[in-house]
Amino acid sequence: MFILGDLAAFALLFGVWMYYRGKEPALFADSQLEVHRSFGAINTLLLLTSSLFVITAVRAVRAQMRRVAQAAIGFAIVCGVAFLLDKVLEWTDLVANGHGPTANNYFLYFFVLTGLHAFHVLIGMGILTALLRLSRRPSLSKGSSPSSRVVRASGTWSISSGSSCSHCST
Amino acid sequence: MTGELLTLLKNRISLIWLVLIAATLVSWWIGTGDAASPQLGTAAVFVVVFIKVRLVGLYFMELRDAPLPLRLLFEGYCLIVCTTLLVMYLAGGAGLIGRPHGAVVSW
Repeated sequence: MFILGDLAAFALLFGVWMYYRGKEPALFADSQLEVHRSFGAINTLLLLTSSLFVITAVRAVRAQMRRVAQAAIGFAIVCGVAFLLDKVLEWTDLVANGHGPTANNYFLYFFVLTGLHAFHVLIGMGILTALLRLSRRPSLSKGSSPSSRVVRASGTWSISSGSSCSHCST
Repeated sequence: MTGELLTLLKNRISLIWLVLIAATLVSWWIGTGDAASPQLGTAAVFVVVFIKVRLVGLYFMELRDAPLPLRLLFEGYCLIVCTTLLVMYLAGGAGLIGRPHGAVVSW
């Protein structure tokens, strides 16, 4: 349900983005030249990799390989931290060059969208941290345990945002 | 433990991950290159992005093994959202939607 809601919300947000782009095509075209694509591209790579680790963690839990699962979740969290660092660097760079959220409509939407995205990643990392704590408990049940389901849910959380991120740079 | 992790990573999912990484690099390259037509380049990126979204849904989120209605819902989502955004993008570039503020419409 959360994921379906997310999908709908992101579709709507990008629709709104396109609508306002249609109102000010020249402004949007000029402004997007100020955004360095490398920040977004690196973050997409980071989120894809963190997704792979979360999936691996789920498979490790299913295979009763607790230590491996913990390591995989750890790596996923590291990717998340790197993502947020990259995002902060990008924002700082934009604001320092006079392209803050108040600069124009393009940057207003840019900061709203990427801010929401970063918030999503933050929630995902919170869930992963909680899971890591949970996994230290002695009893870890098989396959369809709630934890494996939650891992998957939080994984998809970071995944769905990962692919949509590259939109922002276009 | 590293060995176990590597064993788990020797899987189709990792292959899909490689494809997604490659697709991201292609989008990056299209985005930074001096394409003859930037608009066509961006349209191409859209298509690549939705192919990625579909792969993520089917393999990473395991929708391939989901009940048919759920899978169809997702496939429909990818198709409809991609098409809608593409049309909006191309129409927006041509000034067909959301006319600029204060533009005078002559009939």
